[in-house]
Amino acid sequence: MVKFLIRRLGLMVVILFLVSIIVFSLVHLTPGDPARMILGQEATKEALNALREKMGLNDPLYLQYIHWVTNVLQGNLGYSVKDNTPVLNVLLQKLPVTIQLSVMSFFIAMVIAIPAGIISATRKGTIFDYFGTTFALSGVSIPPFFLGILLIFIFSISLGWFAPSGYVEPWVNFGKSISLMILPALAVGVRLSAEITRMLRSSMLEVLQADYIRTAYAKGVLEKGVVLGHALKNALIPVVTVSGLQLATFLGGAVITETIFAVPGLGRLVVDAILTRDFPVVQGAVLFMAIAVVIVNFLIDILYSILDPRIKLTGGQ
Amino acid sequence: MEAKLEQVLPKVESPKKRRMKEMSARFFQNKLAVAGGVFTLLLILMAVFAPMVAPFSPSHQDYAKFLQSPSASNIMGTDELGRDIFSRIIYGARVSIQAGIISVGIALLLGIPIGLFSGYYRGVLDEFVVMRFTDALLSFPPLVLALSLAAVLGAGLQNAMIAIGIIFTPNFIRLVRGEVLSQREREYVTAAKASGISDVKIMFRHIFPNCLPPILVQATLSIAAAIISEASLSYLGLGTQPPTPSWGAMLSMGQGYLKDAPWISLFPGLFIFLTVLSINLFGDGLRDALDPKLK
Repeated sequence: MVKFLIRRLGLMVVILFLVSIIVFSLVHLTPGDPARMILGQEATKEALNALREKMGLNDPLYLQYIHWVTNVLQGNLGYSVKDNTPVLNVLLQKLPVTIQLSVMSFFIAMVIAIPAGIISATRKGTIFDYFGTTFALSGVSIPPFFLGILLIFIFSISLGWFAPSGYVEPWVNFGKSISLMILPALAVGVRLSAEITRMLRSSMLEVLQADYIRTAYAKGVLEKGVVLGHALKNALIPVVTVSGLQLATFLGGAVITETIFAVPGLGRLVVDAILTRDFPVVQGAVLFMAIAVVIVNFLIDILYSILDPRIKLTGGQ
Repeated sequence: MEAKLEQVLPKVESPKKRRMKEMSARFFQNKLAVAGGVFTLLLILMAVFAPMVAPFSPSHQDYAKFLQSPSASNIMGTDELGRDIFSRIIYGARVSIQAGIISVGIALLLGIPIGLFSGYYRGVLDEFVVMRFTDALLSFPPLVLALSLAAVLGAGLQNAMIAIGIIFTPNFIRLVRGEVLSQREREYVTAAKASGISDVKIMFRHIFPNCLPPILVQATLSIAAAIISEASLSYLGLGTQPPTPSWGAMLSMGQGYLKDAPWISLFPGLFIFLTVLSINLFGDGLRDALDPKLK
C-alpha cells in the first residue's frame, strides 16, 4: 500500500507540473503579446510597457515560469486586472457557491441514476429498460445550455414555480437558497444522472451474470436481496470511479449552467473573466479547477483500491 | 482449366467480405441506429443544399414581421429582427456539421500519429511525456480549456474548431495507443518486422487498419460532442460570430425573449439536441455492429 501511495503521489506531482506548464503556456506561448491581450488593442504604449514590467514579461520565458510557479506555490495566483484583488481571494469567495451546486447536482444525479440503472439492468429488454436507456441517451445528448433554458421555460415562465435566476447564501435564507439552486442543479444533475445510469446498467448487467449471484439465487435469496445486497455493491465500484472522473466534465457543465442561471460561482467567474479579458483570473481559475480534478482522481484511485481489494496495489495505471 | 474449376467449386466469400456482411446486417437490425443515421444524412443534405431548401435568406430582415409566432409563411416563427428562424436553422446546420467534422479531423490528425508512435515505441517518451501530458490535458474541464483557448486565439468559428480539436486530441492518443499496444505483439507484426518492412510502414500500413473500428466509433461520438462544444462556445459569444447563423448563438440571442417569443430559443435547441442524439444513436449502433461483445 505504501509503495502504491508513493508511486501514485509521484505521478500526481508529474501531472501537476505539466498542468502548470499548460496553464502558463495558455497566456504566454500563444501568438500575440499578453499585455496587449489584457489591455486590448487600444492600449497606449506606456500602459503596455508598465504592465509588461509589472508582469515580468521582459524576462526570459523560463524565468517567468519559475517566478509564476513560485508565487503559485506560495498561494499567490496574481491580481485581477479588473479591481486588483488577489485572484485566490476571488476564487475562494466563489468556491462555496459551486460546491453547493455540485452537492445538489450529485444528489439529484444519484436519486435518478441508481433506481434507473438497477431497473434497466434487472428488467433488460422490457419497456422499463427501453425507457431507462432512452432517458440516458437523451440526457447525454442534450446540450447543458438547452436543458437550462428548457427548465427556465417550463418551471419559471410557464409554471411560475421557481425564480429563473439569482442566488442567496444558504446561511442567510436556507429555503430560498435551495429553491433558487434547484433548477441549476437539475440542469447539471440530469446530464450526470444520464451518464451514471448508462454506466450502472452495463456494470450491473455484468455483475448479474457472475457465479456468486447464481449461487445466491440457488440458496433461495429473494431477488431484492440479491440485487441490493450482492449485485449493487459490486456494480457501484466502477460507477464511483467514473463519477469521480466526471468531475472535469461536471465543472465544464457548471460553467454554462452558472452563466444561464446567473449563479455567482467559479464557472460564471471564468466566463466573465474571459469576456472581460481578465487573464490572471482565467489562469488562476483554470489552474484551480485542474488541480481539483487531479486531487479528486488521486483520492478516487486510493478509494478504489480500498473498495476493491482484488485490485493490485502495484501500478498507478 | 481455370474456368472449369471455377464452375465446379462452390463460391467462397473472403472472410473480410463475410465480416462486412455480418456487420452491416447487425447494424441494420438496430432500428434506432438506422433512424439516427437517416436523420444525420438528411441534416447533411439540408446543410449542403441550404439555398434550395431555405424559404428565405438567413440574413433577410422583415421589419413588418419581427417576433412573429410560427405560422404558415414562417413555420418556426421569426426573431427580434424579423428573420425567419427555419431558414437560419438550415444555414446554422452548416456551421454545426462543419465544426463537428473539422474539430474531430484536427483531433484525429494529431492523435493518430502520436498514439501510433507512442504505443509502438513505448519507452520513456511514451510513459513520462505522452501519457502524462494526456493525463494533464484530461485534468482540465474540456469546455473551460476550449473557452480559454478560444479566448486567447480570438473569437470565431475557425479558432473555436482548433480549440475543440485540441481538447479532443488526448482521447484519440489514448485510444490509438491502447489499440497499438494490443496489436504490436501479434504475429503479423513480428512477421512484417522479420521481412524488413520499415517501422513507419508497419505502423501505418499494417497496425493502423486493425485499429480502425474503435477509432471510427470514437470519432463518430466525438462529432456529436464537438457540435455541443461549438454551440456552447457560440452561446457564450466565443464561437461563430454574427451575422453567420449558428444554433448556439441563436439560442443565446433568444434567451432574452423566452417569455414572449420562446420559439427563437427552443427550435435551435431542439435541432442541436436531435442532431447530437441522432449521431450518438448512429455511433452506438456502429459500435455494437463492429463489436457485438461491447454491447
